[in-house]
Amino acid sequence: MTEPVLAVTDLTVSFPTDHGLLTAVRGLNYQVSAGEVLGIVGESGSGKSVSSMAVMGLLPPQATITGSIRFQGRELLGRSDVELSQIRGRRISMIFQDPLSALTPVYTVGDQVAEALLVHGTLSRQAAGARAVELLNVVGIPDAARRAQAFPHEFSGGMRQRVVIAMAIANDPDLIIADEPTTALDVTVQAQVLQVLATAREITGAGIVLITHDLGVVAGFADRVQVMYAGRTVETGGVDDIFYHPRMPYTRGLLASIPRVDTAQRRTLVPIGGQPPSLVGLGPGCPFAPRCPLVIDQCRSTEPDLAPVSGTHQCACHRAAVEAAPPLVSGVASYNSVSHSRVLLRVEHLVRHYPVRKGTILRRQVGTVRAVDDISFELREQETLGLVGESGCGKTSTLMEILNLTAPAQGRIEVLGTDVSALDRRRRMQLRRDLQVVFQDPIASLDPRLPVFDLLAEPLRAHGVPGAEIRRRVPELLKLVGLSPEHASRYPAEFSGGQRQRIGIGRALALEPKLLVLDEPVSALDVSIQAGVLNLLDELRVRLGLALLFVAHDLAVVRHIADRVAVMYLGKIVEIGPVDAVYTAPQHPYTQALISAIPIPDPAKESARERILLTGDLPSPADVPSGCRFRTRCFRYAALPPGLRSRCEQEEPARQQRGEPEHESACHYAAAHAVL
Amino acid sequence: MSASITNPHSIAALSGSPVQPLIGRSSRGRLVLRRFLRHRLSLIGLMCVMLLYALAFLGPLLTPWGYAEQDPTAYLAPPSAQHWFGTTQIGEDVFAQTLRGLQKSLTIGLLVGVISTGIAAVVGTAAGYFGGWVDRILMWVVDLLLVIPSFLIIAILSPAFRGTTWLILVVLLAAFSWMITARIVRGLTLSLREREFVLAARFMGVPPWRIIARHIVPNMASLLIIDATITVGTAILTETGLSFFGFGVQPPDVSLGTLIASGTNSALTFPWLFLFSGGLLALTVLSVNFVGDGLRDALDPTSTRGSRRRVR
Repeated sequence: MTEPVLAVTDLTVSFPTDHGLLTAVRGLNYQVSAGEVLGIVGESGSGKSVSSMAVMGLLPPQATITGSIRFQGRELLGRSDVELSQIRGRRISMIFQDPLSALTPVYTVGDQVAEALLVHGTLSRQAAGARAVELLNVVGIPDAARRAQAFPHEFSGGMRQRVVIAMAIANDPDLIIADEPTTALDVTVQAQVLQVLATAREITGAGIVLITHDLGVVAGFADRVQVMYAGRTVETGGVDDIFYHPRMPYTRGLLASIPRVDTAQRRTLVPIGGQPPSLVGLGPGCPFAPRCPLVIDQCRSTEPDLAPVSGTHQCACHRAAVEAAPPLVSGVASYNSVSHSRVLLRVEHLVRHYPVRKGTILRRQVGTVRAVDDISFELREQETLGLVGESGCGKTSTLMEILNLTAPAQGRIEVLGTDVSALDRRRRMQLRRDLQVVFQDPIASLDPRLPVFDLLAEPLRAHGVPGAEIRRRVPELLKLVGLSPEHASRYPAEFSGGQRQRIGIGRALALEPKLLVLDEPVSALDVSIQAGVLNLLDELRVRLGLALLFVAHDLAVVRHIADRVAVMYLGKIVEIGPVDAVYTAPQHPYTQALISAIPIPDPAKESARERILLTGDLPSPADVPSGCRFRTRCFRYAALPPGLRSRCEQEEPARQQRGEPEHESACHYAAAHAVL
Repeated sequence: MSASITNPHSIAALSGSPVQPLIGRSSRGRLVLRRFLRHRLSLIGLMCVMLLYALAFLGPLLTPWGYAEQDPTAYLAPPSAQHWFGTTQIGEDVFAQTLRGLQKSLTIGLLVGVISTGIAAVVGTAAGYFGGWVDRILMWVVDLLLVIPSFLIIAILSPAFRGTTWLILVVLLAAFSWMITARIVRGLTLSLREREFVLAARFMGVPPWRIIARHIVPNMASLLIIDATITVGTAILTETGLSFFGFGVQPPDVSLGTLIASGTNSALTFPWLFLFSGGLLALTVLSVNFVGDGLRDALDPTSTRGSRRRVR
């Protein structure tokens, strides 16, 4: 093996805080060779980002950094900012999570890429401009010469990330650090960007450090994986070792806690109990011990070091020798077959258009954003309907229309058999009891100034429940969602994300609704926490007989929890049907692309499976293509002989039942195609 | 960056001490009261305000001189055993006058502070939350009041109220000092209204005024409290300006403001004319500020001061 491009040895980073010294990275070691992809996986707060910032020399001055970071044999630690600038951007480049804030809004994209070249190179301004266009071409920006003149805000998220990648590879670096490069992107775009990143590696031959929380991304892309927990590496090895023979209970827990899009059987997820430890004043012993199912006394007294398991596979665990799988699969939940029960929610031809106005004095309408464009579905008692789609497809607009309980602009919404347009104030209030909502962001959806007791009491008070009853009900609710009644006098800021989401769920259940609407309830949570919340929802809906309308962009989560699924694209439902039918035999090309884009945390499957890459981005809902609105990105349309294409261009496909009963799709040339 | 660095409170939660069980009865009012009482400076401030009131109303009993009485034997006399704070040019006892002034100014300051901030909160949140016509009409009123010179209006109206009660002055002062705050409050409301917790409350069926009172106002409490404490000071001084022009408090009656206004000229030569009234004004504003600080920290759960974890 040649000398590694980057060798990090015994890296420690600590920050002073009000509460004491916070040690974010505690003795980290790793190496990356040229052309190799190292995936660093961990939850938020595990120190994965901090360690990469240390490599770049971008940590704030109050951080104390010790250890060694050697890049191509040269020590980076202790060098001045000026010296580091010679290396940063030229030899090492970084791709950040948020492509919007990584680009300067006031310069054109071409200039920014050219700047990366000019700062380090000897190129003339003109040559740099030409090279910038070339680079933009490489990362797949169509019509690069013209688009180089555009400003960042004129690009979509995926396109911006491509520009950032173009900047990163501009100087032919030897190492690329990608910090959650696809987390802010939709799945179909994520697949494209990963493809570009793979191309970048081929072109530059650079080593790549891929930092992510998504095990699926790592499985398909990385050569080696390093799992971090509480600032240390707890397990490292080749992808196959980590995914097929994990030794550290934390790694096993992570793998067991993610819902997978490719498992038909609905198994109960195994969450990792407890919370990640505080990095301030960490005691002796393994930091994972309080959450570990295999914990023994030794774990609490001494912290294990990384020890080889086999080959390059190393693991820091006293119990690494325990081969037996811990009780990972604990039960199989059943699907609800409730086709004949009562319809709780019926949406018919719902339309939500937002006018786009221009001008300050004479405000005239210049266009229409078709956020929701004629959708229909129904939700029956005790059933879970998943509503999936990329951002901007109208999921949230649909929810808001339903939750407002007012007459929609067009179409009909029926809740519990009552048409909402016929509601008066009192009836609407009564109906709210049966229709409750859980929001995506557990931080934003809880009033930071109210203690938990008042948060949970609020819906009860609003509906005139007497005080004594409220005092009895609140502790009961806290227990129901897995919190302790003593938590009632704390403020939401004192809870972790998962606990806050539990409070949000408890609040929604306070009035014992029949229908619960969930807007991306787990997408803001870490994977190990997400599993606990999903299990809670699963349990509650069985116990309380709830019907759930579950909106998500994560198809794996939806497959795990939903009975039926509706796929939305640009304000329309393109496919709807029972979960198994839709996932195993998707008919609409968009559904097929969507499912194939989801990374599976299984390296063998991931490399063997067919991947349908969509071209381009979601068109603006203000400018919807004629006929079938998916045709601009549709691979099936592209493969059609010209004679058959005109139908897609002129006629909007209607939803039709094909294949299994209740499985409907809106495509002229629909054909089932398994992509898993 | 990892969450543990950006959010020290989650760290506090993890390493936190066990909570005393307070099931059921620990609603916000009680929590805020407990946190307020734990704030030492604010308690001192509150005590100071009460002591000032006591001084203002009980103090005159300690001295034989009335505020309008003149001592022909002592003109511009420095503080002595006879006249504790000295005397004025025409032989009035400064101690008696200062206390008389304090009686008025304390009430004027505190009432104007509370009333004007109250109006600002109600108008601003209503305009921001309801939007549409309510917003347009309320903001029209605000703009109108902003362009009308308030001083002139008070000056014109004052004679009409002469001889009735000086409390009318409080109403007038309050009525013309809330507009700018109301505009800021409206802006904050516009952004708070879009927050998910307000949406959540709406979908729960909580009526609009309850949402405003329970969610929107507490979340801008720091602004309102700071505004109220500042207004206390400015109201006392604005009243001076009016009195100086012959409106508001009329001689021989006095207020802290009029005393300060007449004493400023001789601040260096006959400091007792200015120092005592000025000092009491500073003390009033300072104590009110301390109370405001305590209230703000008590209402803000992310504030580490006043939280139970600091208690040993």
